[in-house]
Amino acid sequence: MSGIPHDHYEPKGRFATWLHDRLPVVGLAYDVLMIPTPKNLNWWWIWGIVLAFTLVLQIVTGIILAMHYTPHVDLAFASVEHIMRDVNGGHMLRYLHANGASLFFVAVYIHIFRGLYYGSYKSPREVTWIIGMLIYLAMMATGFLGYVLPWGQMSFWGATVITGLFGAIPFIGPDIQTWLLGGPAVDNAALNRFFSLHYLLPFVIAALVAVHIWAFHTTGNNNPTGVDVRRSSKQDAEKDTLPFWPYFVIKDFFALAVVLLVFFAIVGFMPNYLGHPDNYIEANPLSTPAHIVPEWYFLPFYAILRAFTADVWAVQAASFITGGIVDAKFFGVLAMFGSILVMALTPWLDTSKTRSGSYRPIFKFWFWLLAIDFVVLMWVGAQSTVFPYDWISLIASTYWFAYFLVILPLLGWTEKAKTPPATIEDDFNHHYPEASGSAAE
Amino acid sequence: MSHADDHKGTRRDFLYYATGGAGVVVTGAAVWPLVNQMNPSADVRAMSSIRVDISEIAEGSQLTVKWRGKPVFIRYRSAEDIEFARADALADLPDTNARNANIDAAADAADENRTLDAEGKWLVMMGVCTHLGCVPLGNGAGDYHGWYCPCHGSHYDAAGRIRKGPAPENLPIPIAEFLDETTIKLG
Repeated sequence: MSGIPHDHYEPKGRFATWLHDRLPVVGLAYDVLMIPTPKNLNWWWIWGIVLAFTLVLQIVTGIILAMHYTPHVDLAFASVEHIMRDVNGGHMLRYLHANGASLFFVAVYIHIFRGLYYGSYKSPREVTWIIGMLIYLAMMATGFLGYVLPWGQMSFWGATVITGLFGAIPFIGPDIQTWLLGGPAVDNAALNRFFSLHYLLPFVIAALVAVHIWAFHTTGNNNPTGVDVRRSSKQDAEKDTLPFWPYFVIKDFFALAVVLLVFFAIVGFMPNYLGHPDNYIEANPLSTPAHIVPEWYFLPFYAILRAFTADVWAVQAASFITGGIVDAKFFGVLAMFGSILVMALTPWLDTSKTRSGSYRPIFKFWFWLLAIDFVVLMWVGAQSTVFPYDWISLIASTYWFAYFLVILPLLGWTEKAKTPPATIEDDFNHHYPEASGSAAE
Repeated sequence: MSHADDHKGTRRDFLYYATGGAGVVVTGAAVWPLVNQMNPSADVRAMSSIRVDISEIAEGSQLTVKWRGKPVFIRYRSAEDIEFARADALADLPDTNARNANIDAAADAADENRTLDAEGKWLVMMGVCTHLGCVPLGNGAGDYHGWYCPCHGSHYDAAGRIRKGPAPENLPIPIAEFLDETTIKLG
């Protein structure tokens, strides 16, 4: 593996040497754990560990829940209640799993916005960014499939609405929707396959996570200055970095402990706060709940889906140009998927030579406006579609696209960035003058 | 000599393309059953036609039945309903097609083309919002004295035609017919 120059594993003793000559697995683990990491990483860099922990938490609790759950329309709801009431500690396992999904998305959103602020997506980390976006898509699919399994009212109607998105595709949409559901509507066939896929996707995510880590271990971590680690020699590299173990592992574990403190407080004392009470009513195909809302982590994109109605001029223009093929419904679906696509294309949309947002005074303003925009979209996604919410969601959705498609490309040309420090070592010594004596050794 | 210049190598080339072609065909043949198994199974396809007794439905009320996994609205419209449905000009409708599987596909969305009988008393339609598939609320709900979809705010009028909101089409009318005065056959 190429990368920052550092010491490699040297097997000691006969067995270690014997194994290393046949399967260098210890060497691989050593290189992964001892990767030189920029020593100026701040607290925004802890969410990777939180995400890794949460993936393991979800897989472990999920496998256990699958031992007690029955994926059949007549039994699914009852089997979840069986888990809640009868299985030893079952309510705790289910609450961990349900709230674990929320922890997963809290962590991934902060992780993504950290990347957006510090330019972690920029060359040479485009592949890391794209893999990350694929993980995010797989997470959303997994979260959606999992929410269907308890077979409550929100499960059923959420599944109906989301699979309806595929039905909006011109010409082949209805056939795709029928194929996905295994019938004309959400029913037993759909529940069964959703269970199968919900079990499968976390392992796909785990594989993608391995590739994600592999990619940024090749390029090295980004850092708050966006300045590259010096690779001219091992001595130079060591002035900019510290090994991941133990320095960053211990730091990340401390942060994880704080995060888990809040997480367990929610799991223990308010486990249903983030859920919807209607999901404790068994699914009924003949009655739609008064107000279908997706899980909170889907709300921003749900708001974008609903924002573009037939009276928006852009929708009318798209319909006119395509001869009616792109109607309001399909436009909304395209906007929703497009909002994630433009984020995935950020490495090529951001034209600025300066990597870190810390040195981009005008960028900072627009970035924080995007962060606020994301929160506004999340809030408005839970409101009904009447005035003024329809206008708020339309304006907020438009800003989302404007940030990626207009502001980021133009800023690179118009903005005069400040000069980042020459090296990571300089940045570190500037922040910790008292430590610079020993750090420079 | 490079491979491209080797005109005598046609036998090898043939084997190369034949093997590649066979590989593609075999892969396709192996994948198709894996894809097709997700399409509706025989028991799902078998539930295609049902009969509904409408003798208990009072004037001005609605029966909802489940057909092919989806709700069907059977509304016995009152004189007031019919008046509302026939009052507005066709030009005001976002969707001017009748969406009625029992008549010509090009028929316009006049109220007469929507109902099952000529008088306009019986309106039979899918209870599935054409936006994203929720079940609209009935009994004069919404701004147009018809149905209102709570999910994303689509308003349908007393003939089940879309009037306002994100839904693109009128509520579709399935294949339906009167078997006798009190029985409707769906499908």
